[in-house]
Amino acid sequence: MGSGTCKTMGFRFPEDERFPAWKITFLQYLVAGSFFFLLFGYWRLQIAHHREYLEQAERNRIRNLPVIAPRGRILDREGRVLADNFPAFSVLLMRESPSALTSERVGGIARGLDLDPGELERQIARAEKLPRFQPVILKQSAALEDIAFVESHRVEYPELDLLQVQQRSYPKQKIAAAMLGYVGEVSGEMVAKRGSHYRPGDVVGQSGIERTYDSILEGRDGMRRVIVDSRGQEMGSMTTINALPGDDLRLTIDLDLQMVAEAALGDQSGAVVALDPATGEVLAMVSHPSFDPNDFARRMDAATWEQLTSDPQKPLMNKAIQAQLAPGSVFKIITGAAALETGTIKPSYTLQCSGLVNIYGHTYHDWVWNKGHGHGTVDFHGAIVHSCDVYFYTLGKLLGIEKIAYFARRLGLGARTGIDLPGEDSGLVPSPSWVKRVFKRQWYAGETISVAIGQGAVAVTPLQIAYAIGGIVSGGDFRQPHLAFRDQLRVLGVKPEKEDEERRFPLSDETVEALSRAMWGVVNEGGTGAAAYEPGLDIAGKTGTAQVVSVELQQAAKKHEYRNNAWFVGYSPSAKPEIVVAALVMQGDHSTVAVPIARDVIKAYFDKKAARRPPPNQLQTQIRVMSEAREPLLSSPEREAR
Amino acid sequence: MKRTVRFRDSDWTLLALGVAIAAIGIAEIYSATAHTPLAGQVNRQVWWVLLGAVLAIVVSQLDYHRILELIPWIYGGCLLALAGLLVLGPTIAGAKRWIPIGGLTFQVSEMAKLVIILTVAAYFADRQGKFVTWRDYLKLGALVGLPAVLVAMEPDLGTALTFFPIVAAGFFLAGIRPRQVAVLALLGAMLLPVGWHFLKPYQRERLVSYVHPAQDTQGSSYQGTQAKIAIGSGGFWGKGFASGTQSRLGFVPVSHADFIFAAFAEEQGFVGTLIVLLLYLALLLRLLDGAQTAGDRAGSYLLVGFAAVLFFQVAVNVGMMIGFFPITGIPLPLMSQGGSSALFTFLGLGLAMSVSMRRFVN
Repeated sequence: MGSGTCKTMGFRFPEDERFPAWKITFLQYLVAGSFFFLLFGYWRLQIAHHREYLEQAERNRIRNLPVIAPRGRILDREGRVLADNFPAFSVLLMRESPSALTSERVGGIARGLDLDPGELERQIARAEKLPRFQPVILKQSAALEDIAFVESHRVEYPELDLLQVQQRSYPKQKIAAAMLGYVGEVSGEMVAKRGSHYRPGDVVGQSGIERTYDSILEGRDGMRRVIVDSRGQEMGSMTTINALPGDDLRLTIDLDLQMVAEAALGDQSGAVVALDPATGEVLAMVSHPSFDPNDFARRMDAATWEQLTSDPQKPLMNKAIQAQLAPGSVFKIITGAAALETGTIKPSYTLQCSGLVNIYGHTYHDWVWNKGHGHGTVDFHGAIVHSCDVYFYTLGKLLGIEKIAYFARRLGLGARTGIDLPGEDSGLVPSPSWVKRVFKRQWYAGETISVAIGQGAVAVTPLQIAYAIGGIVSGGDFRQPHLAFRDQLRVLGVKPEKEDEERRFPLSDETVEALSRAMWGVVNEGGTGAAAYEPGLDIAGKTGTAQVVSVELQQAAKKHEYRNNAWFVGYSPSAKPEIVVAALVMQGDHSTVAVPIARDVIKAYFDKKAARRPPPNQLQTQIRVMSEAREPLLSSPEREAR
Repeated sequence: MKRTVRFRDSDWTLLALGVAIAAIGIAEIYSATAHTPLAGQVNRQVWWVLLGAVLAIVVSQLDYHRILELIPWIYGGCLLALAGLLVLGPTIAGAKRWIPIGGLTFQVSEMAKLVIILTVAAYFADRQGKFVTWRDYLKLGALVGLPAVLVAMEPDLGTALTFFPIVAAGFFLAGIRPRQVAVLALLGAMLLPVGWHFLKPYQRERLVSYVHPAQDTQGSSYQGTQAKIAIGSGGFWGKGFASGTQSRLGFVPVSHADFIFAAFAEEQGFVGTLIVLLLYLALLLRLLDGAQTAGDRAGSYLLVGFAAVLFFQVAVNVGMMIGFFPITGIPLPLMSQGGSSALFTFLGLGLAMSVSMRRFVN
């Protein structure tokens, strides 16, 4: 090897002074060491922490989508649909991806879906405690814009997805709304409750039948495991657990009667309840003003909610079971029953009504006193027919509050009837022990006189008074009012709360006879309920005009809300009633406005009965009827042809 | 005394290692793209690798000294190409990195990498003395810094960074004083904030997410997180060829290019990782062996420079998959899809073979 072997183009490759060999060796160790270090990193991920990463990878690619079970329908007694479902889309927030939702991204989602960002943040925070595979429903019944937003932002917001759901619908809208109730998103407390199977965003019955029978109506949601790519698009399906639809629920309500009752009450505020006293089946239940439960099925706007909750007439209240008001003269039936049953008087007991009476040093006026006269000579029958207050003031004095209260309670007042609706009020039967407990004072003897004609602290609900009158004219045979058929509940495994046997309070035939004849007279002998007279129909009943405030205040203020509440409880036939109807018109001024409402419903009942066979009472009867109906259809023309 | 250089003396082991890694890469590219719109691209990669291997053999037959002699022209041409690219080049995917030639795109910075290796080798081969001087730092700094800045402006910071280990390895071999290292380190630390200022927002984000990976898992560090999930979920044996869910369902980004190793580790598991890393290690150690036994310093510098850039890219790419480094646009040489990268890596191998087969010749 010579020196300067290569010397061209100005480049010299001089005889090498080689650098020390350790430098290359050092580099080799450096490289080997680095690779060892890298390999350690891979070992950590692929072997030491393999399980966690595999889990995360599975969570990435597998998405658990709920398959929403359709809610059972609610039908009337003839199978006509009162509550149904229709398919809609919900926007879901999937929570399985490892990504954290920054407030910026939440804001973007809120803007895109037109939601309140603060509320959305809270909703997401609430879901933190739940298993990650459970998505959160951000928006129900998504509009087309929402669906478009989700579809077009699959990349930006892969955690959003759409879910086909069954949205509740009420085809009859405002009809029977308070009784049917409505559905809505489950509350946070319900989700948090121990043993709760609810998940946020679940739709549950919030009131009425929807709430009472939520467990029957709700189905069991299924689950679909699908493979998704990084954009959240479905690439394949793994397993599907089918949804179990909820059971249909048939109510005792007869839609025809319901419609008649709704129309009869019209724009007036109040309630109508129609019962079959022999079974306790509720045939119609109206509360006005009403609301449209469909508004609850979609996310309600603030204005509608504000309107529903601030309306002084309380449209969300089911007045048939929640309006606790003085029954007025309808209560005379209770007082009368007590007087006859206790033997305090005989029906022949007669007194002279001059329009006012002085009891315990206080003058009590009869309602006819304004007209400047009294009822004259009245016996028990006449006192009920013409609703003589003086007669019942006297009975009150003779009976005393304890006896009146005892009978009122045994005849169905002062306690919930136990109807299968949430939020029923118990009404109030006042007594000395009650004022002592609540007001810490003694009972004033004068209070008894007011209670005897259904004024003072005594309060009933329309359902209660229909139940009480129906029970009394059935000889003390009280049947628990109900909306769901007992047979059906038995099949579905739901037990009724209280047996009818415990409710029996037998009244003597004479008492029932005297009361029945008197109530027949109210309608058919030119009494206070004469407007309920219907040729060919055997209607009986009792009116009530209940003061809200004292007569003096009423006349001084002339305010609408101080006007009297109008009551009428009618039933038919008078001997063995099949239907009892209680009508309440709030601020109706005089009972005469309530009378025609009950009459219309009773008339509709018998018109319908006359027009066709009696409505099938039981599921099996109906099935039989259906199969029978099909046969003659096919065979009868043939038979005639022969 | 002169020995003839014979064809059969070529370092076939070096080439075989390169081709083996490239073949594994091609299989993984196929696996990662077969179900996507990029399906056909693997064929192009096969041709690039084949072309690269053939050119490597051709280059190995050339005397590297002849090539080093041409370095001023090569360097000048490269600089021109980089500058021209910035002025005239088309903007593809937000950057001016590629020159379109007849339907193919050609990444100039990959060529620049090879040119820098040659430049550094030529520079140090010419130098005498036990230690480098500050003059050397300035001269070489300018020689390498200029193309580095041009590449960084494309912008392609990742490739610009790969020039650094070439120079560093050169200085290390040429002899550096501890004092110089200290001064350079201090200077670098002072320049860091200035460098931060020049970073693009997405580059800053990457650095931030490297320091705080949990801060924003959907944004910048999303890629890193998903890559780790892919690798970790692969386990010991892997999920099997074309069965990686993370890569095939799009959770791992560009799983055929920069993130190919994550996709590979997911499907082939720790076993696959081990095999590929051993192949790279064998390749690097063989290159450094060649540097030890090279016929002259020029050859040594060439091999060390090539080994340095290769090592840097492999370590950073493989390391960033598991969070050892921030995510940078550095492809995995020989495996990631990319014609220019494959071509110039094989050309580099060809040069290495040229050095190694001439170790007894001078």
